[in-house]
Amino acid sequence: MTAVVFTQNLKRHVDCPDMEVVGETVREVLERVFAEHPKLRGYVVDERGVLRKHMSIFIDGRQIADREELSDPVLPGSEVYVMQALSGGA
Amino acid sequence: MSTILVSTRKGLFVVEGAAKQARITRTAFVGDNVTLARADRRDGSWYAVLDHGHFGVKLHRSDDRGATWVEVAIPTYPPKPEGFADKDMWGKDREWATKGIWALEPALDAAGALWCGTMPGGLFRSNDRGQSWQLIEALWNHPTRVKWNGGGADHAAIHSICVDPRDPRSVVVAVSSGGVWRTRDAGASWTAHTKGMVAGYVPPEQADWPENQDPHCVVQSPSAPHVFWCQHHMGIWRSTDDLASWQQLHAEPSSFGFPVAVHPREPDTAWFIPAHSDQKRAPITGEVVVTRTRDGGKTFQILREGLPQQHAYDLVFRHALSIADDGDQLAFGSSTGNLWVTANQGDVWHSVANHLPPIYAVRYT
Repeated sequence: MTAVVFTQNLKRHVDCPDMEVVGETVREVLERVFAEHPKLRGYVVDERGVLRKHMSIFIDGRQIADREELSDPVLPGSEVYVMQALSGGA
Repeated sequence: MSTILVSTRKGLFVVEGAAKQARITRTAFVGDNVTLARADRRDGSWYAVLDHGHFGVKLHRSDDRGATWVEVAIPTYPPKPEGFADKDMWGKDREWATKGIWALEPALDAAGALWCGTMPGGLFRSNDRGQSWQLIEALWNHPTRVKWNGGGADHAAIHSICVDPRDPRSVVVAVSSGGVWRTRDAGASWTAHTKGMVAGYVPPEQADWPENQDPHCVVQSPSAPHVFWCQHHMGIWRSTDDLASWQQLHAEPSSFGFPVAVHPREPDTAWFIPAHSDQKRAPITGEVVVTRTRDGGKTFQILREGLPQQHAYDLVFRHALSIADDGDQLAFGSSTGNLWVTANQGDVWHSVANHLPPIYAVRYT
C-alpha cells in the first residue's frame, strides 16, 4: 500500500482525506484516489491529465520528474505528498 | 431592490440598494480569486467563476441568491490531435486546456442553457446549467483561430458574448485578440465582422485583418439589435448596420479603455471609462471620469461628480461596468478596490466601498 497525503490548502476546497492505495506509478496511485473522490481530479491535474503548473508531488521526499505522464514509480510503503508549489500569484 | 455582484481578487461581494443606500450585504468565497459572477434571470441562479491558481479554474452555482453554492463542471478542451499545428506567439505548442473563463451568458434558445467564453479562445455551451459543456468546434476549428493571441494575457480569450434578442441562434463573440465573430446557426458556422476596425500594433498591411483586431468589450443594443458598441484597443467603434461595418468615434479625454455599457432602450446612449492610453493605463492626471454619449458618439460628456479628482489611479477592467434594467443605475469597480454607483445615468456617482480587493467584474443581477 502507498500512503497519499494532500496539502491542507486543497482540503479547504474539495474532499480529499489522506488515503492508502495500491499502484505502481504516480498515475496509478492518483487514479485510485480519483475513483473515490472524482471532484479532486480537476484540482490536481488538468483535462490532459497533466499536473497543474503550480502543484508538486513528492515520493518519499523526492519531487517527481514526469509531470505529464506521471510515470514515476511508486513502491509499496512509499509516501506520496500532493502539495502546492511555492509559485504562482498573490 | 438593486443587487450587484462584485467579483474581486479576494472574494465575491453582494451589494444591495441604490445610490447612497447601496451597501455590501453579503460575501462569499472570501480569500479566493473570483474573476466573474453573474445571475441568470430566467431561473434566478447565480454563477461564480473562481480561479484558484494552483488548483485551476472552477465554476460554482447558487440557487438561493448566494446563501449556498455548489461546484459544477467547467468547460474542458478535447485532446489535441497528433501532429496538429497550433503554436502560440512564442512558438510553443498551445495547450488545449482551460486556462480561464472570461464570459458567461445565458443562451436564450433553451432553459438552463449557457454560453461560456474561455482562454485559450474556446467557446462552449452547456444545456444543463453548467453540469456539462460542449466545445463549439466550428469556431475552435476556424482556420484563423490558431492565429488568435493573448491581448494583455498569455492566452486569447472570448470575453464578450452577445445573444441576439431577435433570434437566440444568432450570437456574436468578441476575442482579445482575435476579432469579432457571428454565428446565425447556434454555432455551426461563423463569419468575421471587423470591417472598419484598425489594429495599430501589427505591420500596416495587416491592420485590417479580422484576427488582428483586439476588441476589449462589445455590447449589443437590446432595443435596437442592429446597433453594437465596441471599446477596442485602438479606441471606440460603433456599428449601426448589424455589423456590416464599424465606424470609429472619438471621445475626450481619451478613447482608450476597457468596458462599455449601452442603455437598454436608447441605442445612441453608451458609457465608457477612459484611461490615458495603452502605454499609461491609468486615469488622465489622476482624475477618475466616465464618458457618456447620447447621440451615437457624435459628442461625449465627461462625468466626474462624486468621483476622485486627484491622485486616483484606478483602472476599470472590461467586465467591471454594469447597467441596470432601468437604464438609470450603473455601477463600476476598479483595480484599486473602489466601487461606485449612480442612479441618474452617471450625473452623480456615490462611493460604495474604497478598500475592496482588485475588482474584476461588476454585474447587476
